[in-house]
Amino acid sequence: MDIAEELLQGNRLALSRAITAIENEYDEATEIMKKLYPHTGHAFVLGITGPPGAGKSTLTDRLARAYREQGKTVGIVAVDPTSPFTGGAILGDRIRMNGLTLDEGVFIRSMGTRGSLGGLSHKTADAVKAMDAFGKDVIFVETVGVGQSEVDIVKAADTTMVVLIPGMGDDIQAIKAGILEIGDLFCINKADHDGADKLVRELNMMLDLDSNMSDWRPPIQKVIASQGEGIEELIGYIEKHYAYIQGNGLLAERRTKRIRDEMLDILSSNIGRYIKGKIVDSGRLDGYVESIRKHETDPYTVVGDIMKEMLK
Amino acid sequence: MEKKIRVLVAKPGLDGHDRGAKVVARALRDAGFEVIYTGLRQTPEQIAEAALQEDVNVVAMSILSGAHPHLFPKVVDLVRNKNGMKDVLIIGGGVIPEGDIPALKEAGIAEVFTPGTPTSDVVDFIKANVKA
Repeated sequence: MDIAEELLQGNRLALSRAITAIENEYDEATEIMKKLYPHTGHAFVLGITGPPGAGKSTLTDRLARAYREQGKTVGIVAVDPTSPFTGGAILGDRIRMNGLTLDEGVFIRSMGTRGSLGGLSHKTADAVKAMDAFGKDVIFVETVGVGQSEVDIVKAADTTMVVLIPGMGDDIQAIKAGILEIGDLFCINKADHDGADKLVRELNMMLDLDSNMSDWRPPIQKVIASQGEGIEELIGYIEKHYAYIQGNGLLAERRTKRIRDEMLDILSSNIGRYIKGKIVDSGRLDGYVESIRKHETDPYTVVGDIMKEMLK
Repeated sequence: MEKKIRVLVAKPGLDGHDRGAKVVARALRDAGFEVIYTGLRQTPEQIAEAALQEDVNVVAMSILSGAHPHLFPKVVDLVRNKNGMKDVLIIGGGVIPEGDIPALKEAGIAEVFTPGTPTSDVVDFIKANVKA
């Protein structure tokens, strides 16, 4: 079957197979993406990030249900870590979303990071595009549980929500660089636990110190995702932010930047493949290494020659 | 890029715990597979749909309660015929009496692993039989 055609006609297995092709970098993946690309750009992409155990999956489940009630179709890409030692992964985000499985308006795909360190996998953005082309109105991208510096989600999402929970450190944590800089909105989950109000105060202080002087002040919403409390208010903020970035051109700016980043990514990964094929797999690298070891030449000269050859 | 073997580990039926399924999930992870785990009390419809959305190569189910003669074949039918995923390897395990195994294999369960099976047997079976 022509995967791209079938996908565009609404075949869910084709969507699934397309994402597999993208993820495994099958030869046909580029052709599929070319065909899908004209149909992308319609979905609203919400990034959901935060530390492990913050409740990102449970929250995603709640938000998806709320959007479904509005009649919107939903795609979810949930990323979990791949073991750097074995290459294996346990992708467990679906456990919190079992209630959505049989809703035909929802498509959930789990992805392993497969060596990527920014909180997503290298192929997450393309998986999102496949769902976008399929016609999903809203796409949630749930990152791995992040520490402080995994901020790739801002490159993939229109709006980024940072989910935090009480009890994870004092206020100096809140002024450190990293994920707290990327929140368009903040969600304090498990707000019935001790320390939720303190966390809100500390975050507010951090946001008040922001020297950026943007006219968007990231709102902070307390929720109890497992009970659905605060979800309606949270959605209100999400939509307010989306309207804000649509209205002032920020959305267009973010998407332009995304295209730019993506193009450079594709370019450098193609160059990487060229080098792997022509230099590494062909065995030329070993030859170079041997000559350099014998001091017959040096790495700089060799690289210069390779560059000349590549750019011919 | 190498092809990654994706395995859905699923618990159909009303079992109260999933200790065994978690042990197997962990062993498969350590064998380098991507394991999608969906938790307890899944219907055959949910398992088949998760297999479709995740485009898995293997569906591995575990049942302790005795509902396997009904639920295993149901999942096979949905995955093969409703989803149209003909190549997916479907295996089962848990508390399965010896006498039930031939009928399950007849119904399309490629192999049945009973208590005491070393997890490496499951890994080896998948590696030998998966169509990826």
